Parts: sequence; structure tokens; C-alpha cells
Amino acid sequence: MWQFFHKLGSPKWFYGIANRFMPWLFWLGLALLLGGLVWGLAFAPKDYLQGNSYRIIFIHVPSAFLAQSVYVMMAVAGVVTLVWRMKLADLFVKAAAPVGAVLTFLALFTGAVWGKPTWGTWWIWDARLTSMLILLFLYLGVVFLGSAISDEKSSARAVAVLVLVGVVNIPIIKYSVEWWNTLHQPATFKLTEKPSMPAEMWVPLLLSVLGLYLLFGWLACLRMQTEILIRERRTRWVKDFVSTGGH
Amino acid sequence: MHPVRKKRLTIILFLLAGLSVAVGLTTYALRQNINVFYDPSEIAAGDAPVDARIRAGGMVEAGSVVRSSEDLTVRFRVTDYAEAVTVQYTGILPDLFAEGQGVVAIGRLQADGTFVAEQVLAKHDENYMPPEVSDSLKKAGHPGSDTGASAEQTGY
Repeated sequence: MWQFFHKLGSPKWFYGIANRFMPWLFWLGLALLLGGLVWGLAFAPKDYLQGNSYRIIFIHVPSAFLAQSVYVMMAVAGVVTLVWRMKLADLFVKAAAPVGAVLTFLALFTGAVWGKPTWGTWWIWDARLTSMLILLFLYLGVVFLGSAISDEKSSARAVAVLVLVGVVNIPIIKYSVEWWNTLHQPATFKLTEKPSMPAEMWVPLLLSVLGLYLLFGWLACLRMQTEILIRERRTRWVKDFVSTGGH
Repeated sequence: MHPVRKKRLTIILFLLAGLSVAVGLTTYALRQNINVFYDPSEIAAGDAPVDARIRAGGMVEAGSVVRSSEDLTVRFRVTDYAEAVTVQYTGILPDLFAEGQGVVAIGRLQADGTFVAEQVLAKHDENYMPPEVSDSLKKAGHPGSDTGASAEQTGY
């Protein structure tokens, strides 16, 4: 186990192993996401109350779900950066942050589009929407802080600390709808109970969530690989790798 | 684990614990401001300020909606199944507004206890179902077809 952990610290080893996984992540993720979206948007039954406008959850829920779990993954990587000083963990944080920001924005945007006809307003400063907006600012802060500090080591530490400070926001987002009165409804999916929607609605939703997870994994690997090549451009293996045309 | 790393990990865990306590206490102290609306019980208990712009939320009581014959004014009672408050509103209601549905009204509480709303928002619950299921539930006389009742069990 520890040997695996130490190997993981080597960017070169990661580059090779990622190459093997990435086609699987990409194609499986794309198939699941497209399958879930087509099923959800075109074939799932409409809601008895909202009609067709509820279908935006097939985009809203996967992006909101991913936005939060990507941040948790970044926080775990932040701990690894601070404790073990592992370069790969910092690479992950910086690769994932812009993706997380886009996902958070997508969740806020689709929520606003759905909120206008359903609630009667684009935006309300309730606990769920506000904490999600804070998550967007945290992601943007990580992106900007990371690029503002040019020294690799101090940038890695500063970003890891910011990510860790922000992680307290995640339980607030998750439980905001239970702790406080909010306009946003409570979660339809709970770990302990059956989802409060029929299977022909939640199965496509689950497929899109899984698909988006895999696609995120693929995109994170791709962004990490690119960053590895840039950071290690002076090493022998990258020079050999580039001179053979990337094979 | 290497002692230096162990020390770093301990420091991080302590910092995170301290931070969570700080944020927890802050949000606890601000809970009244974080709540988006007052529920009818709080209004009945006199917790809500009179003639200040506040939000009131709850379920529209079944059979309480009275529409004016002259203009768009509508009066209804909002309940949390313990207390109820009368809301008066002039304007267009959101599509989801119906008896037994959750609403959040923004407006001012009058001295006589009525709530004059400037805006009414519909609150959706977490239950989704196809129209056929809802129809058959209604036919069977199942209370679950009324979202008000089912949402109340989960604490809307």
C-alpha cells in the first residue's frame, strides 16, 4: 500500500498509468452521460406538477453534485500536499479547480433558469444558493491564487491551505436545506432512504451523474498530464518522450 | 508514519476542527438571518417584526384561497399545520401556486395580523412523479397525492 502511495508521487509514473485509464474514462463517461441525458430529456415521464421544466435536473443535479465532490477531492489532495508534500496532489488541485468552477457556475445557472418559472424568481439569498455562490468564489480564488504565486512550492502550500479553509462550506451546502428554512427544496436523494422520485426518473439521473464523474476523471487526468509535461520539461524522460512524438 | 508528517497532519486536523467550531458558532448565531422566512408559528408567537419587510413561508391552506372579482387581489391562509397567517397579495402568482403547495411571501406584517405580500414565490418540494401516478393516487384517495401532506411528513 505504501509502495503504491510512493509510486503515485512520481509524475512520470502517473503519466504512463493515466494514459492507460483515460480512454476508458472518456468513452464510458461519454456513453453514460449521453445515455442519461437523452433518456432523461427525451424519454423520462414529465412531472405531474412542473411538467417538462423539471427536466433541467438532469443537468443541474449532476453538475451541483460534482461541484461539491470535486471540492472534497481537492481538500483531500490539499491535505496530501501539506503533509506529504506530494507534487501530484498539487497538480490535481490545480487541474480540478477550473473544472469545479465551471460545474458550480452551471449548477447556479441551470438553477436560476429553473427557478424563474417554478419559484417565480431567478435568485433568492437563501442558505443553499448563497453557500453555492461562495463555493464558486472559492473555486475562482483557488484558480487565481494558484496562478498568482510563481514559486511552485509556496503556490502549492497557499492553495492547499485555501482549499482546506473552504472545505467547511461543503457540509453547509449539503445540510443548508435541513438546518434552515430555504426556498430550495431538500434533497431528493438520501443515502438511507429511497429517492422520492420513480425509477424512470432517477435511473437516467444516476447515469448522468456517473458519466459526468468519469468525464471529470478524464479531464483531470488530461490537465494533469499537460501540466506534468510543462513542469518537467527539463527532465530526460520528457525530452525523450517529446522527441519520439509522444509514444 | 514519519513523525514530522504526523505532526503536520495533527496541526491540520486541529486547525480544521477549530475552523469548523468557529463557522458553526457563527452560523448558529446568525440562524435567524440565514432563515429565508418566518413560519406561521413564529409569526403567531410574535417573533416576526411588524411593518418591516420580511418573508413568511408555509403551505397554502386547502380551501382558503379567495380571489377578488375586480382585480388580481387574492387572499389565502398560509399554515405550518399548527398556526396560520392570512396573506393578501395583488399580482400574478407563480405557476406552481395551488392549495396545499408551499409558498414564500415577501411583504409586511400588519398590526392586525394580516400579511400584505409584494411578491409570492412558490416553494417546490423534493417529490417528483409522473402525472399518471399522481392521477391514480388522487383517484385512490391517497393523501400522498396532495403534496402538502406528503411534504409535511418530510418537514417540507
